[in-house]
Amino acid sequence: MIEQLCSNDTLQQLICAPLKYSFMQNALLAVLMLGLVAGTIGAYVVVRGMAFMTDALGHAILPGVAVAYLSGGVHGPLLFGAGVAGSITALVIGFFTRGGKIREDTAIGIVFTGALALGLAILSLGKANAVDLDALLVGNILALSSGDLAIILIVGLIILLLVRVFYKELLIVSFDPVLGATLKYPVEGLRYLLLLMLAMTAVIAIQAVGVILIAAMMVTPAATAYLLVRRLHLMMIVGSIICCLSGVFGVFLSWHLSVSRKLNVSSSAAIVLTMTVVFLIAYLFAPKRGLLWTLFPYQGKATESVEIEASAS
Amino acid sequence: MTSRLADQAAPVAISTANGHAPPTKTAIQLNAVSAGYGRTLAIENVTASIEAGTRVALVGPNGAGKSTLFKVIVGLLTPASGAVLINGLPSQQISQVAAYVPQFEAVDWDFPVSVMDVVVMGLARQVGWFRLPNASHRRIALNALDRVGLADYANRQIGALSGGQKRRVFIARALAQGATILLLDEPFSGVDALAQQTLFEILDTLRDHGVTVLLATHDLSLVATHFDALFVLNKRKIAYGSPDKVFKPDIMASAFGSQMAIWQTDGQIVMLTDQHTR
Repeated sequence: MIEQLCSNDTLQQLICAPLKYSFMQNALLAVLMLGLVAGTIGAYVVVRGMAFMTDALGHAILPGVAVAYLSGGVHGPLLFGAGVAGSITALVIGFFTRGGKIREDTAIGIVFTGALALGLAILSLGKANAVDLDALLVGNILALSSGDLAIILIVGLIILLLVRVFYKELLIVSFDPVLGATLKYPVEGLRYLLLLMLAMTAVIAIQAVGVILIAAMMVTPAATAYLLVRRLHLMMIVGSIICCLSGVFGVFLSWHLSVSRKLNVSSSAAIVLTMTVVFLIAYLFAPKRGLLWTLFPYQGKATESVEIEASAS
Repeated sequence: MTSRLADQAAPVAISTANGHAPPTKTAIQLNAVSAGYGRTLAIENVTASIEAGTRVALVGPNGAGKSTLFKVIVGLLTPASGAVLINGLPSQQISQVAAYVPQFEAVDWDFPVSVMDVVVMGLARQVGWFRLPNASHRRIALNALDRVGLADYANRQIGALSGGQKRRVFIARALAQGATILLLDEPFSGVDALAQQTLFEILDTLRDHGVTVLLATHDLSLVATHFDALFVLNKRKIAYGSPDKVFKPDIMASAFGSQMAIWQTDGQIVMLTDQHTR
């Protein structure tokens, strides 16, 4: 099938030529797994209103990445450092947002900017060069080693498995935490579990989109899905599809812009911009929930009644 | 309604061997319960026993501790002192018997769940950890929905229903859960008269099946006629008993103070509170 596909000149140029490079293959595999994971877990982010929390988790990974970078440059144990930092941040943010002394958004704002500043301080102490700093902040999915890819695939699978295993429990505590508590569920424990899953998603997304844009992968496709479907599991499926397709499209887009037009648009920017455009289209045209439908609500009903009349006659 | 009140005097319970009137079963027993958050107590030294199968209105001004009392009864909040017994067991040990139907504002109605999804949540314990509900669980849920007249709405998104229907979905969830004690927090706020009537009809059938209902409301016009007992709370228990004994201007005024207006028209006493749902 692939041979057939590649016999077509246009497709050959657009898809097959880039795929000859192993770094492109790695990037696409990674972006597909990230799309599945981020699109799925993003459903929880959107329905629980955790977009800011997710952005914070993404940024707060930087200190761990920075320490890993100092120990071995861009090929240092970045994912390991990110994982450690992500877990610590998830627990710290979880602790400060239990509800109580400080408002939740204030607590998140303090923890994540503090962590981000620490990461920048470590990087400047270690005299990180501009190219590497850029890679850490905005990611470079074309520079994935096969070891990185393996970690992304394994951690991604674990997160997807956890989503499936705890689907019912996380649904209940998200929709009605009081019911969760009366059923004697460990509501706080499940909240920390979700935070850890978010942090781990951010960790494996760091090389693809960098700390700055991590939140977009977990928020934008899921928010798009929220406009299109009305069941949580459907949101996960539709969100994943949007996230995967936007990711693949973004990688190819940035490749072709740089190869044939000599325009260097980073793949992370291309991915996130694609997602944003898809969201805007859904925001305008989504059936029943899109802006156009809310602006002209009667047109839909009019057509409906015409149809009924037509079928009646 | 009145005939049903008469039924209450002779509950369907098994009569005792010596021919005496059968002992009424206590569903909720509050023994000198004090509870709150941190150091401030929202309720203090509340003692009462609520009989199984009765419908009790819980009234009191804003901040009287109604929600706190609910939380203590379902076991969400541990009393600072005193004890709560549900069917004779400490409330911390029960997980299915009592169900809480939250205030309208406490629920995200845009959440992407169907009516069926919500009702099946009540069966989570039966389904078990890590498992997803199967066809038999959905059948139980559908049966519960049928009991509140919403079987045809199972596949709708929860937000697409009317205010009264949304309350009924949560009642169905409690029924699916197998709850025999129902705690309803302001179920009539934002509900029109017809939907209110439907809710009372459902509550009547539940009472016939021995379900105990404790219902917080600020609508004093209902409490004299629609309930077996009236629980007046303002941090402490002000009064608890049958409406004709408790629904008196002096008792109500001592609970509500300036939050209530009392006047007489045509020999009838009218009492109104100015509070809204909170």
